[in-house]
Amino acid sequence: MTVSFTPLPEHVRTARFIAASVARRAGVADGVLDEIKLAVSEACSLAVRFNLAHAPSSPVELRLIEDPKRFSVEVADSVGRRAPDADGEVAFDLTTDDDRVDSVDLSGHERLGLAVISGLVDDVTVEYLAAGSVVTMTWPLG
Amino acid sequence: MDLSLSTRAEGEHTVVVVGGEIDVYTAPKLREQLIDLVSAGSYHIIVDMENVEFLDSTGLGVLVGGLKRVRAHDGSLRLVCTQERILKIFRITGLTKVFPIHGSVDEAVAATD
Repeated sequence: MTVSFTPLPEHVRTARFIAASVARRAGVADGVLDEIKLAVSEACSLAVRFNLAHAPSSPVELRLIEDPKRFSVEVADSVGRRAPDADGEVAFDLTTDDDRVDSVDLSGHERLGLAVISGLVDDVTVEYLAAGSVVTMTWPLG
Repeated sequence: MDLSLSTRAEGEHTVVVVGGEIDVYTAPKLREQLIDLVSAGSYHIIVDMENVEFLDSTGLGVLVGGLKRVRAHDGSLRLVCTQERILKIFRITGLTKVFPIHGSVDEAVAATD
């Protein structure tokens, strides 16, 4: 199942509910659904932020892939870029005053969002392609 | 469910009761609420998150922003949360070391640390 949506913050909630709903139907354990919602929300929030800033007419793509042994979610944006600096730190900067949701510091949001996803999901990859980035998260079934 | 916000005074503290979902769409409302409180001179804030159903890193960023603002006035920002699904993201991001997190509003009001 593939869902494309315009890069607007109000659609992120819908995206995570669709992902959780499909995951439940695919047989993902109930206890994992909250993690899926959070991970999908983080990935979609990042994709929305990047597209909104750099490719506002390009939709965010949410791909939900079921097979007998696993459930995967791919979230793709349309902004080609390098991976954020991997400084290994998941830290909030307590010295600045930039907590705006439309903050231009996208790399900070990206580091934090990906760190949350990595903390939630054992099997996660991020591809940085010329056409944009793709976050792939996979959960085992059964 | 959208975000719901209400405030009340508890002694020198202002309690912000948050309900619903805090994400990239709704977090700006919480941000504005915290900014308004600090602008009005409320520097000791308790955010009651017991009715929060969802919180992601955008919401965390807003709470951190609130903490920075009250600290600039030697104030405090305490959280009330006992829900494991909400506490998990605080642990993942290391923010359990940054925010005092309490089991009830009464406990947060009485805290002196």
